[in-house]
Amino acid sequence: MGTETSGAPGKPAAKRQFRIWRGDAEGGDLQDYMVEVNEGEVVLDVIHRLQATDAPDLACRWNCKAGKCGSCSMEINGMPKLGCMTRMSTFEENETITVTPLRTFPVIRDLVTDVSFNYEKARETPAFAPPTDLAPGDYRMQQVDVERSQEFRKCIECFLCQTVCHVIRDHDENKQAFSGPRYFIRAAELDMHPLDARTDRKDYAQTEQGLGFCNITKCCTEVCPEHIKITDNGIIPMKERVVDRRYDPLVWLGSKIFRRGQVPQTSVTSEHSPGAVRSSAAGGGVHSHAGGSHDAQAEVQAQQGVNWHREVPHPTAPAVDASGKLPLTELTFDRAAAPSPFGDDVTFPLPPEHLNFAHPTQDERNH
Amino acid sequence: MTTTTTRIERHHYDVVVIGAGGAGLRAAIEARLAGKKTAIISKSLFGKAHTVMAEGGAAAAMGNVNSRDSWQVHFRDTMRGGKFLNNFRMAELHAKESPQRIWELETYGALFDRTKDGKISQRNFGGHEYPRLAHVGDRTGLELIRTLQQKIVSLQQEDKREHGSYDARIRVFDETTITELLLDGDRIAGAFGYYRESGEFILFEAPAVVLATGGVGRSYKVTSNSWEYTGDGHALALRAGATLINMEFLQFHPTGMVWPPSVKGILVTESVRGDGGILKNSEGKRFMFDYVPDVFRKQYAETPEEADRWYTDPDNNRRPPELLPRDEVARAINSEVKAGRGTPAGGVYLDIASRLPAEEIRRRLPSMHHQFKGLADVDITKEAMEVGPTCHYVMGGIEVDPDSGAAYGSVRGLFAAGEVSGGMHGSNRLGGNSLSDLLVFGKRAGGHAATYVDQLTGRPRVAVTAVETAVETALAPLHRDTGENPYTLQQDLQAVMGDLVGIIRREAELEDALVRLAELRERVAKVSAAGGRKYNPGWHLALDLRNMLVVSECTAKAALERRESRGGHTREDFPTMDPQWRRVNLVCSLAGDVVRLARKPLPKMRPELVGLFDRAELAKYLTDEELTEFDALVATDAATGAAADTAADADAEKER
Repeated sequence: MGTETSGAPGKPAAKRQFRIWRGDAEGGDLQDYMVEVNEGEVVLDVIHRLQATDAPDLACRWNCKAGKCGSCSMEINGMPKLGCMTRMSTFEENETITVTPLRTFPVIRDLVTDVSFNYEKARETPAFAPPTDLAPGDYRMQQVDVERSQEFRKCIECFLCQTVCHVIRDHDENKQAFSGPRYFIRAAELDMHPLDARTDRKDYAQTEQGLGFCNITKCCTEVCPEHIKITDNGIIPMKERVVDRRYDPLVWLGSKIFRRGQVPQTSVTSEHSPGAVRSSAAGGGVHSHAGGSHDAQAEVQAQQGVNWHREVPHPTAPAVDASGKLPLTELTFDRAAAPSPFGDDVTFPLPPEHLNFAHPTQDERNH
Repeated sequence: MTTTTTRIERHHYDVVVIGAGGAGLRAAIEARLAGKKTAIISKSLFGKAHTVMAEGGAAAAMGNVNSRDSWQVHFRDTMRGGKFLNNFRMAELHAKESPQRIWELETYGALFDRTKDGKISQRNFGGHEYPRLAHVGDRTGLELIRTLQQKIVSLQQEDKREHGSYDARIRVFDETTITELLLDGDRIAGAFGYYRESGEFILFEAPAVVLATGGVGRSYKVTSNSWEYTGDGHALALRAGATLINMEFLQFHPTGMVWPPSVKGILVTESVRGDGGILKNSEGKRFMFDYVPDVFRKQYAETPEEADRWYTDPDNNRRPPELLPRDEVARAINSEVKAGRGTPAGGVYLDIASRLPAEEIRRRLPSMHHQFKGLADVDITKEAMEVGPTCHYVMGGIEVDPDSGAAYGSVRGLFAAGEVSGGMHGSNRLGGNSLSDLLVFGKRAGGHAATYVDQLTGRPRVAVTAVETAVETALAPLHRDTGENPYTLQQDLQAVMGDLVGIIRREAELEDALVRLAELRERVAKVSAAGGRKYNPGWHLALDLRNMLVVSECTAKAALERRESRGGHTREDFPTMDPQWRRVNLVCSLAGDVVRLARKPLPKMRPELVGLFDRAELAKYLTDEELTEFDALVATDAATGAAADTAADADAEKER
């Protein structure tokens, strides 16, 4: 009998410093807590201990506590992560651990954010269209064919990819036109489904979901707790398909070698319009999630927005070499594409005069 | 506090489904397809239900891998697994309908793993005679919940096209908790609850409610269940006048992790023991040799030397005692811990690190190694695991009509499906049967709720006083500031249930538990929650506590009453199965605040279903009286069978 044993076997529990954002849509700030941490615990365990002791009303979502439901998404030391999958042993012994709510979504209270944006985008994505000529039980598919879609169906909808995505992370205005990585792989999943009756998934991704906004920085793939290759296996093939070339790994590889200008371009990530890059940073910058806006007015607004009580960093842009170019080529770079080719300080939508993207149907009309 | 000062959002629906796991979503789909305006209430975000935790698969006799499989074989396996205490009609419907329900999921977009000829692949699982579990790797539950979620979205898209709004005919209320069902006489009139996000109240006026709230595991110290599993549906049904059956039957796994907290409750597969893992107490003693019951003496080794030889030479040596049946292992662990030889966290050590080279452990147990390394930084190749019995699933639940899922008792318009309903799994559930259970009975409950609404002549009305009372009850913990912290109360409740009504039960401990639960009841009645109404987990827990408490009382009372051991109920003082007890269901109901227990005879299985079993097997479960009936039945059956050719088919089935 008795209450739960809290000391680790043989090892005394240590007190660790946590800074947790407390507040709601009206405002709030980081609060300091000294809390007992035992060997082998994860961040979510510590939050539960706080709820049971110092902060019974600390709001935090969680369910399975085994990395399967995707409820306990939060930003730990600035990185979007699942609380149940972030071990305390990954931090330095005297490191302060800062826990904040997902930044891309409006805060409800403490660590809980309003993620309804995602559910709205989910509702807009056309559902699976069953083949009309097959009765239930008559579906026949080969394992090799279902595996590509199955990878995307591993998604636990933690929305970490959504919160980390540059297109909407600090650009609320893009949310209307942009569905985000989660729904690109939903479209890809249906596109690759062997029996889906619709054939317009790729067009949908481009025209309705805003696939073209994605500039393949792969941040979504990096944060995915299910290790889904969101960019390589989902977004890039969809982009390839968008330019109306049947997906084929060889074609894809070819397109990596014979770069732009040799492959038909419709993506807005094309470099044909150098005017699109309006990098204003004097000394350059680094590829960063720290956020910030290039627009002075937006920055003032961001400073006034009482949401975060954090400093809004100055505009950043990729560091350039003496010749004014990025000091890398895509062939030697560790990613399949450059870090945001526009610089991180460009907002979307771009002014029309800088657009090099032609709407397929408009195009036809012009001809 | 009166309702005049409290804002209450009102909604009118035909069918309100409480619970958004597999059963709830399937029920909602069916009610909507039947043309009813349907609301789905989810305690979490849409799509996060506990169903995602199911790994093994969904059992359905499709015969894709072994064509000899049929519903009769599945039925037989299910009854065997439940030690014949199952409601036979539910087991029958489940076995017959689950293939249809699985195939239907494919039309919703599910992508199961495939066989070579392109059909749904099926895997073997404990207790199933043929490979039967449709699966998607080890994330079948996630596939199921996502598929149903996406089907609901697709119905909403249809409604948008037709009526201009996604929410026209089916709406999901996520992060919403129902605290009371409201009645008009004996008929369901609605449901009252609150939005977790804002703390605002919400009232549904609806003539039919489907409960699909899952289980009760959160009342236990060590559990694989999520926070939502507080027995809400069980308690709501009791308070509305429905009855619960088989509440003494809970499925425990003997070796769940008890430490560190990050993996507490996560199951350690039995193959760790099969591959050489041994159980040791805090003194370092390999204690299982002291717990070999006489009936097993001949098959199990008596010395560690002999046991260790078995792994390489099973033909000439007896098995190590770590491989005794599940309940024996659990009993041994339980005894060691209670004798004070447990680990600080209340378990024992499961050691494979000192038994096999690290390389070999990684090769044989890759996912175990990966999981514990990833979640807890526990390296099972270097250190022993701390394990103990873990609460996993409740077989008991709302007593329902097997065909319609309508709750028995005094209430009308209440339906239940999934883990919250009882009877289907008898005293023990087979792996894989829960996912198919959700689909089969979810569909039935949703469909019959719609039919019930159709045949109503007038709409039941919600009484204003009932709503006022519900508001007061819900706000009470916030207004009190002298009571105890809900988290302390939850820990104390978990300790009582875990220590005294756990996997192995004794009369004295159960009596002690009832006394302690009565004390807790007083304390829970005075619980206070700090903070405001907006997303306040302390307040939410304070409201859940009374549900957890009443359901725990049902379990403790029924466990004390049933003087035998069967499936998920093990009494140390009555260690064997008793055929007389097989004929009895223990039924819980609520009289005022007090849990009442009654005995009720089990429905009698139809002759053609009894005929699927052979006599030797039935002899293990049935009383002499029942066996005499069976003999008479076989005699007449043989006589008619010889006389009429038309009976040949049925006989052929029997021989399989």
